[in-house]
Amino acid sequence: MSKLRVPVSARDHISGGRNAIVTLVEYGDYECPHCGAAQPNVHRVQAQFGDRLAFVFRHFPLTEIHPHALDAAQTAEFAGDHGQFWAMHDAIFRNQRVLSQTTLFALATSLGLSHVDLRDAIQRGRYLDKINEDFMGGIRSGVNGTPTFFINGERYNGNYLAPSLITAINAEMHAAVGQS
Amino acid sequence: MPQILSPGTKAPDFTLPVTPDQRLSLSELAGRRVILTFYPADWSPVCGDQIDLYNQIIGEFRRRGAELLGISVDGTWCHQAYAKERNLHFPLLADFHPKGQVAQAYGCYLDDVGEAGRALFLIDEQGMIVWSYLSPIGVNPGADGILDALDEMPNAESLDVETKSARKRA
Repeated sequence: MSKLRVPVSARDHISGGRNAIVTLVEYGDYECPHCGAAQPNVHRVQAQFGDRLAFVFRHFPLTEIHPHALDAAQTAEFAGDHGQFWAMHDAIFRNQRVLSQTTLFALATSLGLSHVDLRDAIQRGRYLDKINEDFMGGIRSGVNGTPTFFINGERYNGNYLAPSLITAINAEMHAAVGQS
Repeated sequence: MPQILSPGTKAPDFTLPVTPDQRLSLSELAGRRVILTFYPADWSPVCGDQIDLYNQIIGEFRRRGAELLGISVDGTWCHQAYAKERNLHFPLLADFHPKGQVAQAYGCYLDDVGEAGRALFLIDEQGMIVWSYLSPIGVNPGADGILDALDEMPNAESLDVETKSARKRA
C-alpha cells in the first residue's frame, strides 16, 4: 500500500475541513480529462462531508502529453497568491476543453487578476519549484497517473466516482472516530 | 504469474532493434546503470500511463546515473510512431522477432496473452540485477520503487569520479 510521503502542511492549498477528521489529497493535472471528469465527483464528496473533510490539491502535470498543463498549474498558483486558488482551480477545470494560454489569461482577468502579472510570473517561472515539489512528492508516494487520491495518507485505489470515494472516506471516518 | 529474474542474477545480454535500422545491446551500456521496463503494448488507452510517467521524470533517473530502456513485443515502426506521438525521450526496444525472446529470458513473458508483463529491472554498472519487480497485470507500478532502489545504490557521483580517474590512469 502506497503512502503519502509528504504530509499536508501550510504550503498546501487546503479547502474546508475546519473540523477535519479526514483529509483527501488529490494529485491532478488540469489538462487530464480523467481529472476533469473527477472534478464534479470531488465537489459532491465535499458537499457530503462538509467541515469534517479537508481537501488538498497538488500538481502533477504530465507536460510531455499535456502542453497546457504546466501553464494551468502556474495560473492556479498565481491566483493562489491572490487568495483565489480554488476559484481558479474550478474555473480551469470548467474550461478544460478550451484550455490555452489565452483562456488562462482570460480567466485571470475575469477573476479580477492582472494577466500582465500572470504572464510575468509564468515567464520568470515563479511557481515552477513549488509545482515540481508537488510532482516529485507524488512520484515518491507512488502516484502513477492522474487523478491519484490519498485518504488520510493512504493511496486510494478505487474509482473516482463520488459514491466510491464517499464509501472509502466514511470507512476512514468511522475508523478515526473509533480510535479516539 | 511468471517468476522474474531476482536480484543477484547476471542480467542476460540481448541485442534488439531500437529503430528500423539500428540495434542496441545491453552490453553497450556496461559501466552505466540501466533500468529495463517491460510493458505489454504501445498505445495504452489511458493518459498518465507508465511510459508517459517515466518519460516525464527521465531526468530523475539520469541524475542518478541510470539509462532507461522500454521493451515490448511491438515492432519498430509501431514504437517509432508511439514515441513520436508521446514525445518520448528514451529508446523503445522491439522484442518482436523471435517474439518475446528477451522477456522470456527475464522471466516476464505472459504466454497466454503473448505480451510482456509490467516488470522492472535495475541493473548495476557490472551488469548485475540489483532490484526487480513484477507488477500485477493492469497495475501501473509507478516510479517510487525504482527511485528508492536507485537511492539505495552507492552514490553515483563518486563512482563517476572513480571512473574518470581510472580512465586517466589507463
